[in-house]
Amino acid sequence: MTNHAQALRPETRFGLSPKVVAVLGCALGLAAFWSAIPPFTARSLLVPVAIGVLALAAGIWAVSRGVRRVGWGAVASGILGLGLGVLATRSSSANLEVVFRADLIAQVLVFATPLTFGALGGMVSERSGVVNVGLEGMMLMGAFWGVYGADKGGSWAVGLLAAVVAGGLLALVHAYWSVHLRADQIVSGMAINFLALGITGYFFEQLYGNQNIPAGVSTIPNVAIPGIDHLAFLGPAIGDLNLLIWIGIAFVPLSYIVLFKTSIGLRVRACGEHPRAADTVGINVYAVRYAAVVVSGMLAALGGAFLSIGFGGGSFTENMTEGRGFIALAAMIFGNWRPFGAWGAALLFGFSTALAFRLPVYSGSAATLFQALPYVLTLIAVAGLIGRSVPPAADGRPYTKQ
Amino acid sequence: MSAAAPLNVPPEQEPSPGFAVRLGAAQRAGGLIVPVLTAVLAFLAGGIVVAATGHNPWTAYKGIWDGAGFDWLFHIPWDTNTTHLSAFNLSQTLLTTTTLILVGLAVAFPFRCGLFNIGGQGQYLVGLIVANWVGVDFASWPTLPHVLLGIGAATVAGAVWAGIAGFLKAATGAHEVISTIMLNWIAIWGGQYLFGQGGPLQNTYNPAAPESGTIAPSAHIPVFWGSPVLQGLDYGFFVALAALVVFWLLLNRTTLGYEVRAVGYNPEAAAYGGIDVKRKYIEAMAISGAFAGLAGALDMLGYLFQFGVLDVQASQIGFLGIAVALLGRNTAIGTGIAAFLFGGLLYGTTRGLNPNVFDPSLAGNLTSMIQGLIVLFVGADIFILYLWNARRKLRLRRRAAATT
Repeated sequence: MTNHAQALRPETRFGLSPKVVAVLGCALGLAAFWSAIPPFTARSLLVPVAIGVLALAAGIWAVSRGVRRVGWGAVASGILGLGLGVLATRSSSANLEVVFRADLIAQVLVFATPLTFGALGGMVSERSGVVNVGLEGMMLMGAFWGVYGADKGGSWAVGLLAAVVAGGLLALVHAYWSVHLRADQIVSGMAINFLALGITGYFFEQLYGNQNIPAGVSTIPNVAIPGIDHLAFLGPAIGDLNLLIWIGIAFVPLSYIVLFKTSIGLRVRACGEHPRAADTVGINVYAVRYAAVVVSGMLAALGGAFLSIGFGGGSFTENMTEGRGFIALAAMIFGNWRPFGAWGAALLFGFSTALAFRLPVYSGSAATLFQALPYVLTLIAVAGLIGRSVPPAADGRPYTKQ
Repeated sequence: MSAAAPLNVPPEQEPSPGFAVRLGAAQRAGGLIVPVLTAVLAFLAGGIVVAATGHNPWTAYKGIWDGAGFDWLFHIPWDTNTTHLSAFNLSQTLLTTTTLILVGLAVAFPFRCGLFNIGGQGQYLVGLIVANWVGVDFASWPTLPHVLLGIGAATVAGAVWAGIAGFLKAATGAHEVISTIMLNWIAIWGGQYLFGQGGPLQNTYNPAAPESGTIAPSAHIPVFWGSPVLQGLDYGFFVALAALVVFWLLLNRTTLGYEVRAVGYNPEAAAYGGIDVKRKYIEAMAISGAFAGLAGALDMLGYLFQFGVLDVQASQIGFLGIAVALLGRNTAIGTGIAAFLFGGLLYGTTRGLNPNVFDPSLAGNLTSMIQGLIVLFVGADIFILYLWNARRKLRLRRRAAATT
C-alpha cells in the first residue's frame, strides 16, 4: 500500500469507522422509538429524547466525516425516533398495546415480502442495464397465474411454478422489446403493465366469472419454528411465518453473493455499467440482459404469488397488486440498486404500511396519509437530498453490437 | 422481400427496402399508416384473445362500436336527441374524449422536449381535487367567475404538481419518470386522505361516507348536448378542442415551442445554441401538468361534481394519456383522433356496452389489453424509424466510400 492509499483510509474513532457509527446511529434512532413502545414502554420523556439525541450526534459526526448517505439516514432516524418516541410517551398504554404488539414484526415482514421480491427483481434487471418499470405487471401476472395454478394443479407448488413461468414470459416480451428491438424501455415497461392488467383481469373474469376463486385452494404453508413459536415475544414475531417470507429473506444475501461475489454477477453488472467494454471481453451482452430481465420477471412474479396464494389465502381480485410493483421500484431506487439497501427500504415501506393499518386507533385520516410516506421518501432520495441515488451507468440504454 | 428486388439494382447496393423500412418511410412522410396499422394490429390481437376464449370477436367489437355510439355517425339524418341510445352513447364518448385529449396532451408536450411524463394521473387528480375544493367552498360566487376560478386554480395546481418533477430534473437530475411515478402515488394517497373520513375535503352532510362534498350549482359547466341531470356533454369539450389548437400554436408558432423541440431533438446542441435547457424542462413539465390539471377541472365541474375515496383508487384515465399521446405521435391532430378512439373504446367497453352482447367485465379488461398492445407496438416502431435512419446512414456512408 502506498502512502496515498493510506491517506484515503477513513478516519476512525473508538476503533469505529464513520460508516459503522452512522449505521449505529440509524439503529439508535430506531431504539429511541423502540424504548417508548411495548414491550419496554418507557413512560418518561427522557428515555427516547436521550437515545434520539445520541443517534443525531452519531449521524452528524458521520456526515462531517464524509459518510453522507448513511449519516443523513442516522440524522433522519434520530429525529423521527425522537419525535415518535415522545409522541408514544404521551399516548395511552392501551392504545400502544394495540398498535405495537409483537405481531407487528410479522406484519411488517408480510407487507415487505412482495416488495422484497419486486425490488430484487428490478435490481437484477437494472443492474444488467434494462430499466424495468413493468414490475407491477409482472407481479400481477404472478398473482393471478399463481392462484390459477394452485387451483387447477391442486398444489401451491404448481401455483408458484405457474407464477414464475407467467412472470418470466411477460418479462421475455419486455426483454425482446428492450434488447432486441431497442425500443424505449420505459414505454415498453408501461405497456407491460397495461397488458398484464388486461390479461389477468380478462382471464380472471373468463375463467372464474362472477364467482371468486373457490375456497380451499392450496396455499403456501407457514413455517412454525420449533422452540421459537411458543416464546413470548419471538413467537408471534417470527415463530410462524409464511414459507415465502423466509425465501424472500434468503434471496437477499443470495442475490448479494451472486451479483457481487461471482463471475456471473460481474458479467451482469458489466453489462449495466459499460456494455461495450463487456462485449469487448467476450460477454454476450444480449444474452446476459435477456437472462436478467427474465429472472427479474420471475422474482417479481413470486412477490405477486405471495399476494394471492401466500398471505392472500388463495384469492384474487382485479388489479390485486395495487401499485406494489411501483413501491418495489421505489424500494430498489431508495436502496440504491443494492440487495441489502433494497431490502432495508422494503422493510421500511412495509413498516409504514403495517403501521398505517394500525394507526386508525389514533386517527384514520392520518393513517391514510402515512401510506404516502414511501413515495415521499423515494422522491427525496432521487432528488439527492440524502445522498444521491446512482443508477447503473448504462441503465435504460439499448446496446447495439458493432 | 429482397427476392423481389428490381433487376436494375447493382448487387453491391442495399437490397430493396423491406417492409419495415417502407413503413418507416411512410412514417417520415407524415403518413397515417403506422398509427393506423398499430391500432389495427392491437385490435386484431385483442380479437384473437376474444375468439380463443370462445366468444365471437365480431359481435364483441360490434357491441363495443355501438356502445361507443359510433353507429350514430352512420345514421343519417343525424338524430341529436340524447334520449335515444346511440346519440346518448356518442355524447358520453365525447365526454371521455374531452378528458383523454387533455391527459394525452399532458404526455405529448413534454415528449417533444425529450421528457416522459408518467404523472398524468397524479396531475389529473390534483386538478380534480382543487376544482372540487373551489367548487364546494366558493358557493356564493356567480357562475362564470366561479367556473373560471375552479378551472384556473386546478390548471395552476396541475402545473405546480408536474413542475415539481421538472424542477427536480433541472436542479438535481432526478429522472422525471421516477419522480412522476412517486408524485402519482402521493396524489392518490393524498386524495384518499382529503376525501376520506375526517379529511379536510370530506362532505359535511354524511360523515360516514368517504366522499368529497358536492360542488355548488354555480360551479357547474353548462351542458350543451343532452340533459344536465343525466351527464350531458358540457362546454368543456370545446375547451379541450381549444387546447389542441393551443398545443399546436405553442409548439409550432412560439419561441418557447421552438426551444422545447430543440431540446427534445438534442439537449446538448440546444444548450450550445444558447437555450436554457433546465428552464425548458421545468416549463415543459409545468405546461404538461396544466393540461392534466385542466382535465381534472373539466371532469369535476362538468359532470362528476363529487369524488370518493373509491373513485380515487379506481381512476386510471390519466394513464391512458400515455397510449393516446403515443398513438397520436405527440401531435395535436393525432392526439385528438387517438383520444376519440380511446374515448369510444373506454366508454364502449364499460357503461355503454350492452351486457347481453358482450360481458362488460371482460370488455373493460380488453381495453387494458389493447391499450398495452398499442403502447407496445408504438414502442417497436420507434425502432423501425431508427432502423430506417441507420440503413440510410449506412447507405450514404457506403456511397461516400465508393466515390472516394
